[in-house]
Amino acid sequence: MKFSIERAVLLKAVSQAQSVVERRNTIPILANVLIEAADDFVQFRATDLDIEVVDKATAMVERAGATTVSAVLLHEIVRKLPDGALVSISADAATGRLTVSAGRSTFSLATLPKDDFPVMATAEYAANFSAPAPVLRRLFEKSKFAISTEETRYYLNGVYMHTAKAEDGAVLRCVATDGHRLARIDAPMPDGAGDMPGVIVPRKTVAELRKLLEDDDMIIAVSVSETKLRFATPQLTLTSKVIDGTFPDYTRVIPTGNAKRLEMDAAEFARAVDRVATVSSERSRAVKLALDEDRLILSVNAPDSGAAEEELAVAYGDEPMEIGFNAKYLQEIAAQVDRENAVVMLNSSADPALVREGDDLSAIYVVMPMRV
Amino acid sequence: MPSLCRDCFTQFDAQPRCPACASPRAARHDELFDLSIAHMDCDAFYASVEKRDNPDLANKPVIIGGGRRGVVSTACYVARIRGVRSAMPMFQALKLCPDAVVIKPRMQVYADVSRQIRAMMQDLTPQIEPLSLDEAFMDLSGTARLHGAPPAVMLARLVDRMRRELGVTGSIGLSHNKFLAKIASDLDKPRGFSVIGRADTAEFLRGKPVRLIWGVGAAGQQALSRAGIETFDDLLRWDSADLTARFGSMGTRLWHLARGADNRPVSPNRPVKSVSKETTFAEDTADADLLDGHLWRLSEQVSAAAKAKGIAGRVVTLKLKQTRLKSITRQISQDDPVQLADRMYRLARALLVPELGKAPFRLIGVGLSDLVPDDQAERGGDLLDPQAAQRAGAERASDAIRARFGPDAIQKGRSLR
Repeated sequence: MKFSIERAVLLKAVSQAQSVVERRNTIPILANVLIEAADDFVQFRATDLDIEVVDKATAMVERAGATTVSAVLLHEIVRKLPDGALVSISADAATGRLTVSAGRSTFSLATLPKDDFPVMATAEYAANFSAPAPVLRRLFEKSKFAISTEETRYYLNGVYMHTAKAEDGAVLRCVATDGHRLARIDAPMPDGAGDMPGVIVPRKTVAELRKLLEDDDMIIAVSVSETKLRFATPQLTLTSKVIDGTFPDYTRVIPTGNAKRLEMDAAEFARAVDRVATVSSERSRAVKLALDEDRLILSVNAPDSGAAEEELAVAYGDEPMEIGFNAKYLQEIAAQVDRENAVVMLNSSADPALVREGDDLSAIYVVMPMRV
Repeated sequence: MPSLCRDCFTQFDAQPRCPACASPRAARHDELFDLSIAHMDCDAFYASVEKRDNPDLANKPVIIGGGRRGVVSTACYVARIRGVRSAMPMFQALKLCPDAVVIKPRMQVYADVSRQIRAMMQDLTPQIEPLSLDEAFMDLSGTARLHGAPPAVMLARLVDRMRRELGVTGSIGLSHNKFLAKIASDLDKPRGFSVIGRADTAEFLRGKPVRLIWGVGAAGQQALSRAGIETFDDLLRWDSADLTARFGSMGTRLWHLARGADNRPVSPNRPVKSVSKETTFAEDTADADLLDGHLWRLSEQVSAAAKAKGIAGRVVTLKLKQTRLKSITRQISQDDPVQLADRMYRLARALLVPELGKAPFRLIGVGLSDLVPDDQAERGGDLLDPQAAQRAGAERASDAIRARFGPDAIQKGRSLR
């Protein structure tokens, strides 16, 4: 195998591969990226046995072939090469080494046989549809903060992507929750997604999707089965197993009877929460919200370190009430609200609050209060 | 040589017997009246309490411990003559001493006696650091003028008072630091009074094994042994820097201890780091229902201890022991600290379920750590478990009923499994 490739193209392909490989894995081949050169392109394939990415890049291939080499090592090398360099890569079957050279630098890397590399079995997908990258990006980016890290509730360690019936028709919906907060994000149903089974997309897959979905003009091909899902652009294909579990019935968690309405500037609110929470030394910082007519007083009282209070002008016309929340949860939700005012629907100090952007129901958040 | 009669507390010199009461029980040491750091260790504490409460047991071998499969928690001195030791498996103890009277521990009673002892110590000094129910460090520095007597006299009076008023005996170790005081109290048990002075520290440690150091267990001994360290003399040959490089902060401490130096203060407020309870089964079990029942009772006990202390913890630990004595520990961390038995049990159960395939088990335990004051705990809720708030309310109400009508006034059906 021998080919030349532009440093920038190679870096992009290898960086996706090195982020997928498991850093602490005990199976040596899983630390490697499978490089396959044929015709006018080179494929870089990496897997942790749950996720597989295949990145296709154009290159000048002199001799077809394949081998595997440490993904992290190759990434580090390519990253340190000068911008604009032309990188030449060749495998020497006799020595079992992969030579990487650019300008005056030459690296000789250990390889492992390509036949040892585990390739993920192809699946029969129940639904195939395509959606613009920004639509999918919004679904995952706005919900991922609520993914649980608790391993005992493994079925919450991902985003539940499924189809649902919303007020104004069928939607593609992503839900994530850790029991303390919940995010429910809707997008118009793409053609062909109707038959899609609901799947729990693992946290790591959601993180890996970021790069795949970053180009605004890209149309992403999505395939979903009961056990796997695939996101593909012409260059990049990401296949992932889904979490084998049942996502809890989240619909009963979403409050429907909260009648007290608080409206405010989300960014200003988040900054104020951040300021008052400074004095709290606890890990779960509790902030008290005291509501009165068009006035919100945020306060934190930490017996050991001090107290803080800040007043915000808000729109509120219901009876005065007090409610406490974990400061971090409030900030994370407020950070999702970026176009309009945040609207918070409240019931009592013990009931979950519902947060949305203006009156837009396509992105709603639920947060559990905290006794203060 | 300064001497003290341990029966009538007369201070005297030289004579072999007390000039006042002719008792031969005297403590003698050049620095006897100058030393002020003490360690008091009760003699076969649980067994002494049982013998006190049941005089029929006075001359019988008594072993305190759980069932046939448990271990000896305390053996009285009669049983010890037959070779029974604490932490020995019960079946082995019973082989050595088949006529032993085995008594299940009555922790509540021991805790009460311990509290009374602590109150007596409080009369000597506020600087008390309890290590367990039956032993504590005391720092009596600067109390001689207040009491009109040096620390040695007050300590002799303390154990005498414990014997007369509570019916339990203890041994005293008196020295110039905690490390040596702790070693001294063990030198001539029961009813001992041993002194290690500054001048004879080096002589005392010479040739002694390093396992004397409190906190150096089997694993520590092994690590030291690999470095060729068996005795304090071996330790003395090491540089401070080399010891630190090899054993970390413990190495630095070892270097000082080898020279009889220990500057840790007697600190009354040693914070509690964790609360835990465990139980060993009479027979190894893989019965999920039985394990679940134990898990609930243990969670209730840990929760009760946490409630009594006003603490809660962010980390819940499940401990299991397999038949081949292999330990499994699993932990779960929570943003909202845990105090309620209901929550602790549910978290521990979530940890247990994936491990059930490794049954049978011989031990199960539940622990709470990363502790915080309980005013920071149980403040949130679980969106996915809307009934949690009701169960929390029910638990608080049950606690109130138990506080008023006794611990058995109300129980969950679950705890009867």
